[in-house]
Amino acid sequence: MIVRILGEGQYDVAETHLDRLNELDGAVEAAVSAGDTVSFRAALGALLDGVRSAGAPHDVEALDESDLILPPADASIDEVRALLDADGLIPG
Amino acid sequence: MSLMKRISLIFRSKANTALDRAEDPRQTLDYSYQRQLELLSKVRRGVADVATSRKRVELQANQLEAQSAKLQDQAQKAIDVGREDLAREALTRKSGLTGQINDLRAQHAQLQGEEEKLTLAAQRLQAKVESFRTRKETIKATYTAAQAQTSINEAMSGIGEEMGDVGLAIQRAEDKTAQMQARAGAIDELIASGALDDVSSTNSGDDIARELDAMSSRSDVESELARLRGARQPDALEAGDDPVRQPEQQRSTTEGQS
Repeated sequence: MIVRILGEGQYDVAETHLDRLNELDGAVEAAVSAGDTVSFRAALGALLDGVRSAGAPHDVEALDESDLILPPADASIDEVRALLDADGLIPG
Repeated sequence: MSLMKRISLIFRSKANTALDRAEDPRQTLDYSYQRQLELLSKVRRGVADVATSRKRVELQANQLEAQSAKLQDQAQKAIDVGREDLAREALTRKSGLTGQINDLRAQHAQLQGEEEKLTLAAQRLQAKVESFRTRKETIKATYTAAQAQTSINEAMSGIGEEMGDVGLAIQRAEDKTAQMQARAGAIDELIASGALDDVSSTNSGDDIARELDAMSSRSDVESELARLRGARQPDALEAGDDPVRQPEQQRSTTEGQS
């Protein structure tokens, strides 16, 4: 499975880690819906660290699509909300 | 659906709609390659822009630090001549500068971070653009238009995602740089207005500053005079110019010498 952290690059992550990552992802989602900035920072940090430690950098020359795309490490709650908005942050 | 999945789907659909479509799918490859090269030069310009802002902030921080050191020095001089009021004034101004300097240092670190991120983004994009070019030539040489579609779709969506990522990185860096440039502009104005001038600045029109200047030049003159006198008549100076010595001590010294 290929996971991209925006602004950072792609990682190869074994499927076996998916449950754990989904759990960490749930915490980010809860923080975003609650608008809780403090727990959002911690949860996003834990999720991205989870990907970095479970994964290995994907070949930079490969032209492969990612299975999952995650926000940049320094993204704010508002930026994550904008990423979830089809008219939002992503330059078209 | 999980947050990761939602972001992935939206990001991907955006990246794909941004791709050019041509009648002959092989032409699409060339269009896309042109856009990749444009994006590559855009991200490189982005690196240069952020570096320029970083240098500006660095220069300002250095200017303010030099002023801060000068104020510290003046506070010491004021204490040396027994003017606590002047020392307090100098230290008050210095503490005002300290906040600005810390703010500039934080901005500097942030800009440095953006610069590194964009540099890495440019390297990643460069690697992918080169792969794309090779793949594009292979596809054009090997397949007919009808056969090429699947391979093209694969290559295009892979590079499209990278382009979306780099585009986002550029946009975020631009936003941050713009915010900081506004603040840097405000500090430049502050410096130009003289509000941050040190207390000895000659055009500050500050009575206290002039007084400290005058006092420091008076005391410089006195110490220079003392030094000159000392060089010519060391004994006489020692006996006559020291106010701490009592007259009797002076007399006994003079008697001892004769």
